[in-house]
Amino acid sequence: MTTRSLVERTGTFFGLVLVAMIFGALVGPQFFAPTNLELMARQMAIVSIAAVGMTIVIVAGGIDLSVGSMIALCTVVIAQLLRMDASPFLAALAAIATAALCGLINGVLITQLRVVPFIVTLGTMLVIRGAAKGLAEERRIEAPATWLNDLLRVTRGETLLPSGIWAVITLAVLVAAMLRYTRFGRHVFAIGSNERMARLCGVAITRTKVIVYALSAAFVGFAGLLQFSKLSVGDPTVSVGLELDVIAAVIIGGGSLSGGRGTVAGTLIGAAIMTIIQVGCSQKGLANWVQQIVTGCIIVAAVALDRIRSAHGTGT
Amino acid sequence: MTATPAAAPRFEMRGIRKAFGATIALDGVDLSVAEGEICGLIGQNGAGKSTLMSILSGALQPDAGQIAIDGHPFVPESPHDARRAGIAMIYQELSLAPHMTVMENIMMGAEPMRFGLVDWPCMRDMAARALGELGHDDIPPDAIVGSLSVAAQQLVEIARALAVGCRVLVLDEPTSSLGRADVEHLFALLRHLKTQGHAIVYISHFIEEVKSVADRFIVLRDGRNAGGGTTKDATHDHIVALMVGRSVGDLFPRTQRTRGEAILEVTALEPGSATFTLHRGEIFGIAGVLGSGRTRLLRTLFGLEPVRSGRVRVGVYSGAARPHERWGQGMGLLSEDRKEEGLASALDIADNLTMSKLSPFGPAGLLSPSRQRAAASRWISELEIKCAGPAQKTEELSGGNQQKIAIGRLLHHDVDILVLDEPTRGIDVGSKAQIYRLIDALVADAPGRKPRAVLMVSSYLPELLGLCDRIAVMQRGRLGEAIPAASLSEHELMMAATGGAPGA
Repeated sequence: MTTRSLVERTGTFFGLVLVAMIFGALVGPQFFAPTNLELMARQMAIVSIAAVGMTIVIVAGGIDLSVGSMIALCTVVIAQLLRMDASPFLAALAAIATAALCGLINGVLITQLRVVPFIVTLGTMLVIRGAAKGLAEERRIEAPATWLNDLLRVTRGETLLPSGIWAVITLAVLVAAMLRYTRFGRHVFAIGSNERMARLCGVAITRTKVIVYALSAAFVGFAGLLQFSKLSVGDPTVSVGLELDVIAAVIIGGGSLSGGRGTVAGTLIGAAIMTIIQVGCSQKGLANWVQQIVTGCIIVAAVALDRIRSAHGTGT
Repeated sequence: MTATPAAAPRFEMRGIRKAFGATIALDGVDLSVAEGEICGLIGQNGAGKSTLMSILSGALQPDAGQIAIDGHPFVPESPHDARRAGIAMIYQELSLAPHMTVMENIMMGAEPMRFGLVDWPCMRDMAARALGELGHDDIPPDAIVGSLSVAAQQLVEIARALAVGCRVLVLDEPTSSLGRADVEHLFALLRHLKTQGHAIVYISHFIEEVKSVADRFIVLRDGRNAGGGTTKDATHDHIVALMVGRSVGDLFPRTQRTRGEAILEVTALEPGSATFTLHRGEIFGIAGVLGSGRTRLLRTLFGLEPVRSGRVRVGVYSGAARPHERWGQGMGLLSEDRKEEGLASALDIADNLTMSKLSPFGPAGLLSPSRQRAAASRWISELEIKCAGPAQKTEELSGGNQQKIAIGRLLHHDVDILVLDEPTRGIDVGSKAQIYRLIDALVADAPGRKPRAVLMVSSYLPELLGLCDRIAVMQRGRLGEAIPAASLSEHELMMAATGGAPGA
């Protein structure tokens, strides 16, 4: 590891420590109590897992705005299947498959129509939201209680953290390894960093991109599962605008919208920073509008700092 | 050998010097052009023409030397300064807003205003008048620029320069994308502008064009004035002699080569009208000026651009193929555009070196970063790439070291046919010499390995003559016959590449 990448990594981590210390000082030592930390972990699980998927897309130089809609569709799919007496496991699997299919469609549209990802996923954001509302007949879908509702709850026999959070951690580690230790992962970086170079090197660009969108959407499907677990109903109007939180987490974590840059660890730190601000502000009794202003400032500051840092790096 | 015009100069550059690091781009160059005069500026690629014009237009600041306009000292600090002083540059790549109308483009930055709002009728009149002065009232002021032909867009650009009062026009390779008829129209226009008292600098690779349109010419060679004179007294031959000026040095090694089997056969390939055969143990060169279609030919061979007709055989494989298939067939391409296509500058050296072939670094799609770095380290030491290690990002390296990484990719892939597009563009002399040795070693007789084959394009003629066994000239989209390099002189090659008559 060069000193440069060390600076890049510790930069984001330093931001996390700083934000944690500020809110620790504001709220008091109970801010770092195990129960509070666990609360925050539960809070950030949904954004985190979707952001892990989004990291792959952004590293490949793309973007996916349909994330929030996919999550809503997933909660509806699960609720409907549970009402039809499907097994919880099957319902969860169907939700993930549904999201992956949405991602596959995104990928095919982007590569075959040669329309930029921003526009394609802006369109599918509406399409998928509409599909979710249609499937739910514009209502919340009540579902029978199953173990799916306990994914973000500590139940007896479990240690430390709810199973859903363990799953998020495991998946994040797998994606981090995939980006670093597989040929596919290096191809993703190559496409995002310089697509013409990737083409010159014989990288299968269309196939790789389609897989990127489908795979990333599968992680969104898992986020949908956690969202259902939190709500315990299928709600077609949930997670409106969530894609922006997800993208923000990746960007705060060092991802670049021009592609070729981003890490899973950075993304998780980005999600953690946003969660600390949210939880900290509400525990301090600050209004929602304060949270939003602070989060907005952090996003711009994080990217600006990154620019300054990388300009400094290349200048030497 | 007159570097000064007969009449009082409209602008005058004296003793212009400019160095980029250790490279001296301009070393005391003089250039002056009088009003009502067209001066041709001629020189090989890298002779300093564009640097000189960038200084005149304020995009670069000279290290030494003076510029005067109408006898007054002029120190442009930005292109805007130069524009206000009446100097307009018309580049090959036009700088128009393609989605806007002709009149908006012509009046951009100088829109007529009325009560704080754009005065559209006045704008239309002014634009129409500007076009009328050029004798082209056939271009409607309301047309969208992007919908016009390249020739018409060029006129819009010239009209804009005149509308804001420019009296000095610099045209850089203006005919490279024009047809014959449009070239004649452009020349007629330039002669017309000349009679109106404009001073015009005309930069071109095509000597016949310069002879036809310019009154006087100046030749630059290696950043110095190599000579000049009135065009009507100079022969094509004389001008080429000034451009070339020296003999091929000993920069180019040539070890024992043995021509082996034919490994690449190209028959009537379009685009490019190319027919040739490349053998193992041979370097085949393609000469030609920028825009002659040489890069397109290489890209078509490699599958980056579609084959329109004709046949290609690579080893035992026949027919068109996509890049990843070409790699598989043992062919690798070095892109002329290192920054935009050759390398991913934000990725590290190891990724850039090995991206076309990651399979040796692990089974079943897995990749061991340590094995990847080890492979990259071997090439770093073999090619003497100066860097902090395989994990360094390529954007932090010098051009020469970046180029070695791009070539190293072909070596890592162990291809038999190396297709090199401008292998030494924009790199220092030390790296150049190293790359020449490397290319020579690839095709040389060596125990234990069949010699490889190299197909290379270069606009630097000494390099082609020094390295290649056979050379073919590409001109205006057509590849000529291959000629043994030993029987060619730089002079002859330059004559052929710059074209006796355009289109011949």
